[in-house]
Amino acid sequence: MAEIRAAFFVEAEELLESLQDGLQLYDDGQRDDETINVVFRAVHSIKGGAGAFGLDELVQFAHTFETALDAVRSGALDPDGAAVKLFFRSADILADLVRAARDGTDLPADVTGPVLAALGELTGEEEEEEEVDFQPATLSLDLGGAGGDAGGAGGLDIPGLPPLPPLEAPQAPARSTWTIRFAPHDALLVSGNEPLYLLRALAEMGETEVSCDCTELPGLDTIDPEAAYLAWTIRLDCPPPEGDGPPVDEAAIREVFEFVDGLCDLEITAEAVEPPSDAAALPPLDPAPDTAPGAPADVAPAPIAAEAPTPAPADAPAAAAPPAPDLPRPAPDSKPAAKPAAAPAPEPRTATRPAATVRVDLERIDRLVNLVGELVINQAMLSQRVAEAGLPPNSPVATGLEEFMQLTRDIQESVMMIRAQPIKSLFQRMARIVREASSDVGKEVRFVTEGENTEVDKTVIERLADPLTHMIRNAVDHGLEKTEDRVAAGKPAEGRVTLKAAHRSGRILIEIADDGGGINRPRVREIAEERGLIAPDAQLTESEIDNLLFMPGFSTASEVSSLSGRGVGMDVVRSSIQALGGRVAITSRRGEGTTFSISLPLTLAVLDGMVVGAAGETLVVPLNAILETLTLGEEDLRALGPQTHVVQIRGGFVPLIDLGTELGYRAPLDNYMGSTVLLIGQEEGQRAAMVVDAIEDQRQVVIKGLEATYGRVPGIAAATILGDGQIALILDPPDLIAGASGRTRAANLPLAG
Amino acid sequence: MSLDILAVDDSRTMRDMLRLALTQAGFTPHLAEDGIDGLEKLKGLTPDVIITDVNMPRLDGFGFIDAVRTEEEWRRIPILVLTTESAAELKARAREAGATGWIVKPFDPVKLVKALHMVAG
Repeated sequence: MAEIRAAFFVEAEELLESLQDGLQLYDDGQRDDETINVVFRAVHSIKGGAGAFGLDELVQFAHTFETALDAVRSGALDPDGAAVKLFFRSADILADLVRAARDGTDLPADVTGPVLAALGELTGEEEEEEEVDFQPATLSLDLGGAGGDAGGAGGLDIPGLPPLPPLEAPQAPARSTWTIRFAPHDALLVSGNEPLYLLRALAEMGETEVSCDCTELPGLDTIDPEAAYLAWTIRLDCPPPEGDGPPVDEAAIREVFEFVDGLCDLEITAEAVEPPSDAAALPPLDPAPDTAPGAPADVAPAPIAAEAPTPAPADAPAAAAPPAPDLPRPAPDSKPAAKPAAAPAPEPRTATRPAATVRVDLERIDRLVNLVGELVINQAMLSQRVAEAGLPPNSPVATGLEEFMQLTRDIQESVMMIRAQPIKSLFQRMARIVREASSDVGKEVRFVTEGENTEVDKTVIERLADPLTHMIRNAVDHGLEKTEDRVAAGKPAEGRVTLKAAHRSGRILIEIADDGGGINRPRVREIAEERGLIAPDAQLTESEIDNLLFMPGFSTASEVSSLSGRGVGMDVVRSSIQALGGRVAITSRRGEGTTFSISLPLTLAVLDGMVVGAAGETLVVPLNAILETLTLGEEDLRALGPQTHVVQIRGGFVPLIDLGTELGYRAPLDNYMGSTVLLIGQEEGQRAAMVVDAIEDQRQVVIKGLEATYGRVPGIAAATILGDGQIALILDPPDLIAGASGRTRAANLPLAG
Repeated sequence: MSLDILAVDDSRTMRDMLRLALTQAGFTPHLAEDGIDGLEKLKGLTPDVIITDVNMPRLDGFGFIDAVRTEEEWRRIPILVLTTESAAELKARAREAGATGWIVKPFDPVKLVKALHMVAG
C-alpha cells in the first residue's frame, strides 16, 4: 500500500506536468476539446487518487478546480484571460497540495481559500463543504478524523489506523427480520444484473427464506428469454452482528439492490427489531420466529421495536447509505498475508504490468554511477600498466584492452543517461515563478520555453533551480520595462521572457532572455564606481561592463528596485553555476533586451580532460576549456608591463599565464620560449594562454568533489584519481584565469645590498 | 474458481490499487489503460466482469461500454463503472450507457468485492 501511495505521488507529478502543458496550450490559444479534456482529466485523476488515500484537502481543492474545468469543458464557461490565470494559479496550488500531502506538511489555509472562492465564483457554485456528493462511505472515515494524509482506503492495509469506535450509541438493535419483495423488470436483465447473485448477497446477511412467484411465467412457446417473469419474496432474518459489526438496517438491504434501483419493484418491510439488551438477557428468544412468514409482527418484542433507535431509516436509496455499515469493521482484508492463504492468490502483479518503464531508487542509480566511475579508473590503471609493461600496441592484450576501454565508455554513457531527465519539470517551475513575479510587479509577461525535452543530469536540474529562479525573477522584475515604458517605446505591452535549453557540443546551453530595455551600461558603470569596484578611469568594454553585474558587492537586493538594470545577487548565481562546472555569460542590447547564457556539463560525474604537468605536479584541464595547444616561439611573446607577458596569436594578444606560478608551485620562469601553452577559451570570448610543462595524456576522468572537504578552492574544480593511482587536481580554468596574477616575469626588484 | 476481471483506468495509481484489491480478494485482474486498450484486451479474454473508469483519453468509459455492448459476444458481461461522483445523474448515465453497476471512487476494497459478487456471483 505504501508503495502504491508512493506511486500515486509519482503519477501525480506527471499529471501536474500535463496539467501545466495543457493549460499552457490552452493559454496559447489551442482551445479544442482535447486540450481542455487533458487538463480536466489530470485534475480528475489527482482527485481520484487523492481520495483513495484520504487526502481530503487535496480532494476538496481538486474537486472545486475540476468543477470549474468541467464547466469549461461543457461550454458553460468561456474563460477570459483572468480565468486562465486563475487556472494556472490553481494548478500551482494543486501542485503545492500534492507535495504537502506527500511530505506530510501543511499548506497555510489562506493560500487555498481565496482561490477556492474565486473558482467557486467562476462556476457560480458555493465552494463550501457542500460537496458531499463526493464523499463515499470509506472516505468519510478520514474526513471525520481530520487527520489528513494517514490515508484510509477502508479495507486496505494501512498500518496504524485504529478501528474507529462505533458511531452510534451501542444500543443499536441487534436482531432484525425483514420481508423483501423483489420483482425485476426486463431492463434489469438487460443491464447485466443477475437476480440470483442479489439473492445470494442477501443470504450472506442472514437466514433467508425465499419464495418464488412464477405466476407471470408464460408457456414455453411464448417465453422471451430476455424478459423477466419471476418475482421473489425473501424473508431475511439477521442475527445480531458479530463483534462490533454493524447491525443490518434497511439501508444495508437497499445497498444490495443499489445497482437495480429503478429496474425492479422493491418493497422492504421490517418485521421485528430487538434491542440488544433483550437479546442479551433473553437468548432463548432467538430461535423464536417460527410463525408464518410475512406476518407483520410475530414476536413479543414488537412494541419495543417502535422505540428502538433504528439507525437511519433510510428512505433515500442506497447511494446515500450512511458510513456506518462499513466503518467500524477493522478492515477484514487488512492482513494481506493472511488473505491470500485462503484465496487461490493468482500470480500477483507481474503478469499485466506495462513494461515500458521501471522506477528505480535514485540511490541505486547513484551507486551504479559510482561503481562505473571506479570501473573507469580501474580501466585506466590497467591500460597504464599494460603500456608500462611494454607490450606492442597490436598485441592481443592491447587490442583487447582497447575494446574494453570502448565498452567502459559505452557503459558509462548509458549509466549517465539513466540519471538524465528532461529539463521540463524545471521549466515548469519557472513558469510559475514568472506568473508570480509578474503579478507581484504588475507586468504582463508571456513566458516562452524551448527545448524543454533536453535531457540533463538530475542533480544538475535540481541544483539549477535556485540560480534559475533568481535569474527569471530578475528578468521579470528588472529586465522587462514597466508596461507604460514599453508602450512608449513602441513595444508590445506584454513583455516576453524566453527560457531555452539545448545540447551543444557535449554541454548543455540554457538561455534566459527578455525583450526588455537591456542593460543600462552608464548606470551600471556609475554604480560600480560608487562602490569602488572599478577605478573611475577604467577602460571597459561593453561586455566588461555587463559582467560587472556578477561582481560580489555590485548590488544588494534592497537596492535593486530602484535600478533599471539587474543585479540581485548575480554573484551568487554565478558561483552556484560555476559549482556545477558551468559558466554564465551576458549579452545585452540597449532597447532590445538581455540574454543570459548558461553553459553546463552534461554530467557531474565524469569529464574529458587533458592531463598536464606543471612544476612537477600532475593536473587535469577540462578539455572543453582548451581551444588549442601550441608551442611558444620567440616572436610570439611580448612583454607587457614589469611582470607580465602577452602572447600574439593570429594577430590578437592574449595574456600569458604560468600555471605553476599561479598555483604557487614555483616562481615565474626566466624564459618561456619553447614552452607548451594551452589556449583557454571562455564564454565571453576572452582567451588566455596557459603555460604547462608537458601534456601527458588526454582521457576521461571521474570527478571526485573537493568542496565537501575543503570548501571552494579558487581555480580548482575538483580532483580525480589517475590511472597510476595518483590524485590529480582538476582545474577550473576560467576561474583560475579570472583570479590570476598574470606574473610571468620575475619581479625586477633591485634588492638592496 | 477465480473470476477474471478486466479493469480499465487511465490512472496508474488506480490500476495499481485495483490490481492489489482484486488480487487480495482472489480475483484475477487484467488491466487496460483506456477504452481502446480495453477493447484490445477483450480480444484475447472474456472476463467475468469489466470495471471501467469514465474519464479516459482516446476512448472514454461510456464509449467503451457502448462498444462492448454492441458486440454479441460481450453483451452480457457485467460492467461496473468507476466514478468519483455518486450523483444520481451519473449513475443514470452509466446505466443508460449499458453499465450493470457502479463503484464510487475512491473505492473501498470490501465494497468492490461485494459489488463484484453482486454482479458475478
